[in-house]
This record gives sequence, structure tokens and C-alpha cells, in this order.
Amino acid sequence: MQNTTNHAELAEVFNNDEARVDWHDETLWWIRSKRDVAVNKISNWEVLRETASQIKNNVLSNLNNYLQQFEGNAIANGIIIHWAADAKEHNQIVLSILEKHSIHQMVKSKSMLTEECHLNDFLEENGINVIDSDLGERIVQLAKEMPSHIVLPCIHKKKEEIGELFHQHLGTPAGNADPQFLTETARQHLRDTFLTRRAALTGINFAIAETGEFVVCTNEGNADMGAHLADVHIASMGIEKIIPERKHLGVFLRLLTRSATGQPITTYSSHFKRPNKGKEMHIIIVDNGRSIQLGREDFRNSLKCIRCGACMNTCPVYRRSGGHSYHNAISGPIGSILAPNLDMEKYADLPFASTLCGSCTNVCPVKIDIHQQLYKWRQVIVKNGYVPAAKKASMQIMDWTLSSPTAYHTAGKAGRLVLKYAPFMVNNKLNPWYKHRDMPEPPKESFGEWYKKNRK
Amino acid sequence: MTSREKILSAIKTNQPDLATLPDVDFLLQEDVDIPEKFIASLTAIGGQVVMVKNHSAIKAFIAENFIHPSRKITTVSELEDIAEYIEDNSTVPHSLENVDYAIIEADLAIAENGAIWVTEDKIRTRVLPFITQHLAVIVKKKDVVPTMHYAYNKIAANDYGFATFIAGPSKTADIEQSLVLGAHGSRSMTVFLMAQ
Repeated sequence: MQNTTNHAELAEVFNNDEARVDWHDETLWWIRSKRDVAVNKISNWEVLRETASQIKNNVLSNLNNYLQQFEGNAIANGIIIHWAADAKEHNQIVLSILEKHSIHQMVKSKSMLTEECHLNDFLEENGINVIDSDLGERIVQLAKEMPSHIVLPCIHKKKEEIGELFHQHLGTPAGNADPQFLTETARQHLRDTFLTRRAALTGINFAIAETGEFVVCTNEGNADMGAHLADVHIASMGIEKIIPERKHLGVFLRLLTRSATGQPITTYSSHFKRPNKGKEMHIIIVDNGRSIQLGREDFRNSLKCIRCGACMNTCPVYRRSGGHSYHNAISGPIGSILAPNLDMEKYADLPFASTLCGSCTNVCPVKIDIHQQLYKWRQVIVKNGYVPAAKKASMQIMDWTLSSPTAYHTAGKAGRLVLKYAPFMVNNKLNPWYKHRDMPEPPKESFGEWYKKNRK
Repeated sequence: MTSREKILSAIKTNQPDLATLPDVDFLLQEDVDIPEKFIASLTAIGGQVVMVKNHSAIKAFIAENFIHPSRKITTVSELEDIAEYIEDNSTVPHSLENVDYAIIEADLAIAENGAIWVTEDKIRTRVLPFITQHLAVIVKKKDVVPTMHYAYNKIAANDYGFATFIAGPSKTADIEQSLVLGAHGSRSMTVFLMAQ
């Protein structure tokens, strides 16, 4: 059975508002341009990318040992380690920690992993109130939406819409959409939250095997405000967040934000090694399909990702279809190669949401061959029968046509005649190829026919 | 089998043949005008650099620029006459919610990105540099290094419970990419670059 929401349909919804599409496209391209400016200031950028890529290759090839080394050191530092095979187990662990302390309210900083696990919904169902503290995440939370971008969660929203949300939920004056004013409102509102929450959950950008410490990067300072004021700090990480040694952070922290937003570094890069006295620190190490991806030779490199979002900002499809069209916690090119591993049927459409232009691969700071993996996923998905019936049928006709010279010539002639005399037969609502595309001028004859005539 | 065993065994089965860990020490090769670059980097991300000779110059600057009565905190013993001095880690973090100005000392600063590095023993209470409305950091000129690689080379295997790089005031551009300084952390960051 096919999923009822797919990228093309959702992109069409986004494209109903053409002005918004243009704005979205230009905004993301502007961020991509800022990335270029920042990158060009680093003389050995390509060396850095290559080094990062090699470190990550080493990590993936020795992950079993690094994880145990990390665990051992973290435990020695006084951190409590949990292992979660899947999203359900992760969520259950978070709940059990909160229940142990009779905590019913938690503040959370950005963690795409918890989005992947749908933690907020689960906790709400179990009577735990969760407040997202990253401004962009707070905005999509108030709007009851998913983040549309891993670094810029509400990049799809206009300030007027945000002003209206704040008016409804935080009591700001109607019609005020000034970013400075709205940010200040959120600062006041969340300061009170930080001061009154006994539990804080953060993500993890890097976990260092050598020392058992982990690094959390934010610009807003929300992860630190939450973690340092709470009695219990829970940090969730995917198994692939490991890096071998502390000095490797030098490589990754130089690459991360320059690739993401064009900043030289995030405002805060906090290194958590031991819990504060009298406080508890937990780390939940989550697999949720990653070990399976590790076994897929063609796709394991996707686990090198450091979640900078550069592939999204540069992607001509993402920029014009919006993050929600990917119907997955992680959108864009990287999301499209991670998602089919989790559910090949549900996300069968995503590897096709690409022009295969390769821009994502060119900007990726850890050199993931993203567009090649998109191409390879298409083949795996077709082989496993997860493409729509119409696409499958047309592929079969194409296969038959291209493997028979007679059929090929007949089809070519017929195609030219149709385009010339009956264009409505192809240029209609039933043919998605002609949406937003102009008809080509049909040639009078094929190259074969021309060659036959002129060879003498 | 526990989840831990299940995960580790799946990883062991599925991970590729061992790939060599590359050397990163060769990246210690920048040659830049360090203090100049630091000033340019921090200024570009919304911070401010004040060149000072000594602690008296810092006191004079603060007296001139922070005239309104406000709660000032410092972890620097030389400044205990102009601000509340915190000398150990016994402060309750929540008691710092109304701090307007915090003056701390940093072990090193990085030219390429304007960041300073502080460990827990320098800030006493972890939340201090985040919860304060305005942050000031004293760094010795000789402690400015060119890049992150030099920073980690200097940090080496130092022990700390918590440490952080801070680069400029807290900020967000989540609303239509409009940059706003003062998200959840400090609204401003001043670095006193000390000559000696």
C-alpha cells in the first residue's frame, strides 16, 4: 500500500502560495551564501572536510569499541548511562527518570533525536508538560507543528504568523510582529520556565570517547540555562554522535557552524563532563535503526552527519518545497537518505524528491555522498516494490521501449505527432511532468531520420 | 539480552573494517596577527573588545559605563571592591537570576572566531555566564591563540566538570532570519584584553 501523503503532494500544498515559495527560496539561499563567505575565509577548508570525513569513517568502523569506551569514562565521571534500542524505549527511559523524581514539567533544548522519537507527544500523553526552549522550536510547538529545518525550525513561518501565535499564547499585542520585541517576550517567558523546571533535556552534538564528556552547541544559551538550573539533566544522543578524542572537536566545531549559518562558531559550545554536586546527569544512547543503516554499505556514510543543515539550504528542491513536504523529523537531502532506513515504504517518495544535482554533496562538511545515496535508494526502493503503480507501469513501458529499436522509433514518431497535433493528450492534469513546465517544441524529425536522409 | 548488548552486538556485526584515524596535529599551522584577528572576529559577532593595561583600567571602564545601580558579580579577586565576589562553588544558581553584570576571567581566547574558553573553576557557578544580563571576560593578550586546534592543544587533557566556549552575546535569528542579540543568555559580551 502506498502512503497517502507524499513529497510531491505536500510540496504542491506549499506551492499554492507562490510569493511565500520565492521568499523561502531566497532566505535559504542567503544562508547558503553566508556559508560560502565563511568557508572562503578558511584557507584549508577542503583539508578540514577531508579530515572530518576520515575521523567519522574511523568512528563508524570502530563504533562498538568507542561506545563502550565512552560509556566507561562517563560512568567514571558520575554520569548515568542508558541504552535505548528504539524510540519507544528512549521515551520510556525519559519518563521513568522523571517519574522517579516525581517531576511533571520539563524544559527541553533542541534535539532532533527527540523529534525523531516523538518524545513530546509521548510525554504529554503521560501527563508531563514539555516546553521547548529554542525560540524556533517554541514557535513551532505553539503552532503544533514539526520543525521544518533541523537548524532553523520555523524558517517556513512569516513574522506576522509568529506575532499572531505570541498574541494568542503569550498575550502580546495583536499585530506586533517585530522580531526584537517577540524575541524579548520569549526571553521573559522562558526565563521563568528555566527557573522553575527541575528537569532539563538537551541533545548532544558530540560525545567524546576519550573523556566521557559531551558537547552541546547553541546560539541562544537555552541548553545551558535549562541544564544548569535543573536538578536532573537528561541528554539524548544517537549512537553515531561519538568522536574519538577531545582534540577532534577542533575539526568539527570549525566546520559545524560555518556550514550551518556562516557563523565562525556557535555562541556557546558547552562541554559537560560531570554532574554538578547534588545533581543527576543522564545520557540515553539511542540506536533506533542506526545499527541497521551501519550495515548497509551504500548508505552507512549517512551516519557521518553532524546535522548542520547545509544540504537543505543549498537544495533546489528543499528551498522550493519546504521542510514539511518531507513528512519526517529530518527533512531535505540528508533526511531523504536517513528516512528510508527507518521505513522504506512510508518514505519511498523521499529519494525521488531530488534533482540529483549534487550540490548537497559539495557543501557537506563531512563529505557524505548524499546525491549518490539518493540515486542508490531509488534503485533499492524500486527493487523492493515500493513505488506507486503508475510510476512502476511507466518504468516498465520505458524499459520495453528502450530495449526494442522498432518500438523506440515508433514511440518517438508518435510522441512528436502528439506534441504537434494533440498536445492536450500529454499536457493535462493526469501527467505530473507537465505541472509548472512548458511544452517543448517538437522536432520535425528524429536524429535517426535526419541521418538517413543526409548520409549520402 | 539487554538493549545495550543488542545494540553493541548489532554494531559489531555491521560496522565496516577498521579505517585509520587521521592525524590532526598537522592543522597547527596558522600564522595570523592574533590579537587583531580576535578583535575583528568578536566585533563581527556582536561582542566588544576593550584594551586595558590592568585591573584599575577595568574598574574605570565599568564605573564609566555601568552607572545605574545594578547587581554586579565577579569571580575575579582583584575586582572584589566593585562587585559581589564569589570565591567558591557554594552559590545557589537560582540566586543569580537578577544579576546584571558578571565579570569573569578566561584561560584562553581564539582569534579565528572570537570565542573565549572558561572552565568551571573560573566561573564557580555553571549558570553564571548564561544567566547574567551582561557578561564581561578578562583575557590576557598572550592567551589568544589562532584557531580551535591551538585551543584544544592548550586545553589538552585538563580536567573539568564543565567548561564552555563563549563567542559573543546570546543570539537568535529564528524569526525571519532577523538577528536579535539577547536570546536566553547574556545580552552583551565585553572582553577586556589585558596587555600583560
